[in-house]
Amino acid sequence: MSRHETLPTRRGGAPRRVGRTAGGSGVTGPPRPRIARRAGAKAPARRAAARGWFLLLPALGMYIGFVVWPLFMGVQYSFYDWNGVGPATWVGLDNYVKVFSDPYLLGSIRNAFVLIAFFTVIPITAGLMLATLIRSLRPGPFSRASQTILFLPQIIPLAAAGIAWSWMYAQTGAVNEILGWFGLGWFARPWLADYGTALPAVGLIGSWVLTGLCTVLLLTGIGKIDGSLYEAVRLDGAGWWREFFTITLPGLRQEIAVLMTLSVIAALSSFDIIYTSTQGGPGRATLVPALSIYRIGFTQSDVGLASAFGIVLMIMVLLCVLPIQRLSKAGDR
Amino acid sequence: MIADRTERVLGRVLLILALVLTLIPLVNMVSAALQPADVNPTGLAWPSDPQWGNFVTAFETGHVWELMGSSLFIVLGVVPVSLLIATLAGYALGGLRVRGGRAVLIFMVLGLTIPFEALIIPLYYQAQALGTLNSQWAVIFPLIGLFMPFGVFWMRAHFVNVPPELAEAARVDGAGLWQEFRRIQLPLAIPAVSALGILLFLWTWNQFLLPVVLIDDPLKRTAAGALTFFQGQYSLSIPLLNAGALIIITPAIIVFLIFQRQFIRALLRGAVKG
Repeated sequence: MSRHETLPTRRGGAPRRVGRTAGGSGVTGPPRPRIARRAGAKAPARRAAARGWFLLLPALGMYIGFVVWPLFMGVQYSFYDWNGVGPATWVGLDNYVKVFSDPYLLGSIRNAFVLIAFFTVIPITAGLMLATLIRSLRPGPFSRASQTILFLPQIIPLAAAGIAWSWMYAQTGAVNEILGWFGLGWFARPWLADYGTALPAVGLIGSWVLTGLCTVLLLTGIGKIDGSLYEAVRLDGAGWWREFFTITLPGLRQEIAVLMTLSVIAALSSFDIIYTSTQGGPGRATLVPALSIYRIGFTQSDVGLASAFGIVLMIMVLLCVLPIQRLSKAGDR
Repeated sequence: MIADRTERVLGRVLLILALVLTLIPLVNMVSAALQPADVNPTGLAWPSDPQWGNFVTAFETGHVWELMGSSLFIVLGVVPVSLLIATLAGYALGGLRVRGGRAVLIFMVLGLTIPFEALIIPLYYQAQALGTLNSQWAVIFPLIGLFMPFGVFWMRAHFVNVPPELAEAARVDGAGLWQEFRRIQLPLAIPAVSALGILLFLWTWNQFLLPVVLIDDPLKRTAAGALTFFQGQYSLSIPLLNAGALIIITPAIIVFLIFQRQFIRALLRGAVKG
C-alpha cells in the first residue's frame, strides 16, 4: 500500500510532463521523470508485466490452437500412411522420399518456380516503371485514378480473376480477338488448353493481379525518397533512365524486398487462380503444389503424403523468403 | 528538352496502355454478362441488346442473398475478434513491452511465412474433431489464428511508436491499465485498427481455400469460395457465370472505392514502419 501513497506526490508533475512532450519546451530537463520512474518501478512493473501477458493470451491462444498445433499435427501425419479413416501405419520418411521422387509432384514444384517469374519478376518490373511514370505526373485526378484502377485486381478474389481470365483466354475470347486486330490471328489458340502456353498464361493472371499492389507500394516508397536527390541529379543533366538507376532503384530496396517476399509466397502457394482456371490441366501442365496437396489429401485420401508435401512446401517458402529478408537487412548496414 | 517531351509522351502512352490492360478483363466480364444467356459470346464485342436481366437470373439461381449472408456471418465472426485480440496483444508487445515479448514476436512473425496450403490437411481433421466441419465455424476459428501473425505485427508497430510518456502520465494520474488503454491508447490506435480492419475484411471475403476444403455446402462458404459453385451451376452459360462472378466481387470493390484513401494511406504507413 505504501507504494500507492507515493503516487499523489508525483501527480503534480504529470501535467507538466505531458505539456513537455506536446509542446517540446524541455526547460525543466529530464531528471524529474527519471526519479519518478525509479521510485516505484518494480512491483507495479511486475504486475503490469503479468497483465501484459494476460493481454497476449487470446492472440497467442488462437495462433497456437489454429496454426502451431495443426502444423505440429501435420508433421506427425507426414510420417504415417493414413487414409483419414482407418488405422495409420508408421512409414518414417517414405512420404518425403515420395515427394522428391514422384515425377508428377516434382513437376508441380517445378511449375511453382516457373510461376515466380510471372508473380515476382514481371509485377515488380512493371510496378517500378508505372510508379516512376505516375510520379512524373502532376498530382491530380489522373494520377489518383490510375492508382485506383491499377489496384483494382488486388481487390477482387483470385478465384474471380481465374474465372475472368479463363474467358479472356478462350478460343472465342478477347485475347484471340485482339490478336486478330493486329493481323496475328494465325497465332490464336485456346491458351489455357494448350500444353505449351497454359503455364505462362496462368502466370500472367498472377502478373495482372500483383502489378497494382507493386505499383502503389513502390509509389509510396518513391514518395519517401529525398526530393533534393532528384533535383541534384536533374541539375547534372541526367535523363529518366539515369535518374531511375541512380536514385529511385537504390532508394526502393526495402519496398522491393517486401514485395519479393509477398509475391514469392503467392507464387509458390498459388491455388485459387489455378483451381478456377485450369484445374492443373491440360494434363499436368499447370499442376502446382497446393493443388497436388488438395488432390492427394482429399481425392486420393493419402493424408500422410499430402501432409509431407505441405511441410515441404512450407520449407520451400522459408528457404526462398529468408535470403530475401537477409538481403534487405544486409543492405541497410 | 525535346527528349524530355518524347519521354513524357511515351510515358503517358505506356501508363494508359497499362490501365487499359488492367481494365480489359473486368470490362470483358461485364460485356460477357450482358450477352443473351443461351448464346456463347465472342471476344470483347459489346452486346447490341444488353441483357441486364442476366444479373437478376444469376442473383436468384445463385442464391446470392444466402451467400452474402453466409459471407457476412464469416466476416463478422472473424474480423471484430481478430481486431480486438490483435490490438490487445500488439499493446502488450509494443506499448507495455512485456518481458519475453521479443520471443513472442519472433514466434508469431515466423507464422507469416506459413502458407495456408501447408496447414489445410491438419485443419480439416481438426475441424472434424471439433465438430465444426461443414459449418462456418470451421473457417472462422482458423482464420482468426492465421491472421494473428500479421495483425499482432501490425498493431505492435503502431504501439511501439506511441510515446511512452503518454501512458506514464495517465498512470501517474491514477488511471488503471484498462482506463489508460481505453482513454489514451485506443483513440490513438483507431487509424491503425481501421486500416487493419479493411485488410482483414478483404482477406476474409476473398478467402477461397479454407471454405472450399472445410465447408461442403457452397451456400455456407465465403463469397469467393462459392465461385466454384457458380462454375458448376453455369458451366454451360458464360454470360450467367460472369454475371454471378460480378455480383460476388462487387461488395469488395465498393468497400475499396469507399475506403480507398485509408487503404493507400495504410499501405504507406505499413511501409514506413517496415
